[in-house]
Amino acid sequence: MSLLETVSLNEEGFLTNPEEWTKEIAVEMAKGEGIEDLSEDHWMIIDFCRESAVDSGSAPTLRQITKGTGISTKVLFGLFPKGPAKKVAKISGLGKPEGCV
Amino acid sequence: MKTFLILGAGTGGTMVANKMAHELDPQEWRIIIVDKFETHYYQPGFLFIPFGIYSPNDVIKPKRDFIPHNVEYVLSDIELIEPDKNRVTLQKENKIINYDYLVVSTGTQIHPEETEGMAEDGWHENKFDFYTIEGATALSRFLKFWKGGRMVLNITEMPIKCPVAPLEFLFLADWFFHERGMRDNVEIVFATPLDGAFTKPRASSVLGGMLDQKGINLVPDFNIGWVDNDKQAIVSYDEQEVEYDLLVTIPTNMGAEVIDRSGMGDELNYVPIDKHTLQSDKWENVWVIGDAGNAPTSKAGSVAHFMLEILIENILRHMEGLEPLPKFDGHANCYIESGFEKGILIDFNYDVEPLPGKFPLPGFGPFSLLKESAANHWGKMAFRWIYWNILLKGGEMPFESQMTMAGKWA
Ligand SMILES: Cc1cc2nc3c(=O)[nH]c(=O)nc-3n(C[C@H](O)[C@H](O)[C@H](O)COP(=O)(O)OP(=O)(O)OC[C@H]3O[C@@H](n4cnc5c(N)ncnc54)[C@H](O)[C@@H]3O)c2cc1C
Repeated sequence: MSLLETVSLNEEGFLTNPEEWTKEIAVEMAKGEGIEDLSEDHWMIIDFCRESAVDSGSAPTLRQITKGTGISTKVLFGLFPKGPAKKVAKISGLGKPEGCV
Repeated sequence: MKTFLILGAGTGGTMVANKMAHELDPQEWRIIIVDKFETHYYQPGFLFIPFGIYSPNDVIKPKRDFIPHNVEYVLSDIELIEPDKNRVTLQKENKIINYDYLVVSTGTQIHPEETEGMAEDGWHENKFDFYTIEGATALSRFLKFWKGGRMVLNITEMPIKCPVAPLEFLFLADWFFHERGMRDNVEIVFATPLDGAFTKPRASSVLGGMLDQKGINLVPDFNIGWVDNDKQAIVSYDEQEVEYDLLVTIPTNMGAEVIDRSGMGDELNYVPIDKHTLQSDKWENVWVIGDAGNAPTSKAGSVAHFMLEILIENILRHMEGLEPLPKFDGHANCYIESGFEKGILIDFNYDVEPLPGKFPLPGFGPFSLLKESAANHWGKMAFRWIYWNILLKGGEMPFESQMTMAGKWA
């Protein structure tokens, strides 16, 4: 059984209960997003997003990630292709980034 | 004498000045409002300028006409805010104003220079914004003689003020090209960083359907990285290219630079506030109305209006030593021009997304929610009159600050 079947996900594949997040879940979710290996840089960004969510209550936007980690937008798109803010939020076990109202 | 200082005389600041002029005792308080411009722009009118529906004269009036006589109006750029010292430095003569209460209403502005290649070669020649009077007017001149080709509308990044304006622009462009008998010569493309037509799911599916119907091509999840001016293409960070003959951009929106200089803002220079009380997170005598704050709701004139009463009440309570009330619910409502003299109305808040139904407006409505109607179009056109004559003066509007579920189909 895949690890992802042990947790509850919404229709877009985000964890519905953030408590269920583990590093192993992150690895599985990353695979689902087409990222085979999580490098140190990936983890640095995931850690930043999780910490930032603890402070603010929601997943950070693209700009918050680039400003907070010092990683350029271009590199971020390399690490998490197509929509990094959404992808990293999912892999980090957070909700879809708000920012859009 | 105590000082009530308002920074920015746009939609929000002007309304606050008018309300406070009534509320505060002139023996005890002096009210000052600062803005760097003499002209008040009716920004919702910018949308209509490119299509020749409004001319620049229809959207400008002197700011002074809307500031009450007992409010001091200072024309100057703001150099620095020092909330720890309760003082503001103006650019003009380096004048210092010490304040007891501060309202920040410096709004949000566009920054095309944030995107590589945007504000350079061809800016306002075949690449335009319509969020400034200069951009809207330049685009109107361009469209007058354009023979057709591929028009691309691109949103750089969210959030933007009036998030429905890009859709309205697309609908009006479709109508405009039809009227001129050249719709067949124009391909309309909408490249957006969102995963659909709009931010909220129900409205997104209705509006997405309308794009389809009108033959407008949606390119979702498009995060612009730079403009390739030689190729006339916008390129996304993941190197998708969309070529254009005419590019209409909604550039990055950011709060005023003075907010950044003063260390009061977030990564986009928006001032962090309590989203329900509108008080600054850090300084209890600093309050924020309109686009300048980071409340997660739409940046729109209607929202500034819904904030007004709650903001005033909370400031007056604070002056009496009472706790502010967490009454602001993020209420927003927007008329969306959909072309061919029709419009759509959406109404939502922090918790409830736009739903279909009827908006109950005594004396005006009902207006159909999330559905096209002619009444919604005329509502939008009447809004300009309401804006100049009622809204800016802080007058009574037939809207409630808090959202009502009456008439909505949940
Ligand atoms: C194309 C377009 C269409 C729109 N359509 C709609 C619509 O249909 N419905 C709707 O509700 N809203 C609409 N809006 C949004 C609406 O115009 C704004 O949300 C509203 O004006 C916000 O008010 P505000 O007071 O926060 O900011 P503003 O009205 O923008 O005022 C900010 C003021 O601060 C001043 N300022 C800034 N920095 C400084 C400084 N350093 N020194 C001195 N002064 C400074 C500026 O000069 C300005 O006067 C639209 C906007 C645009 C651009």
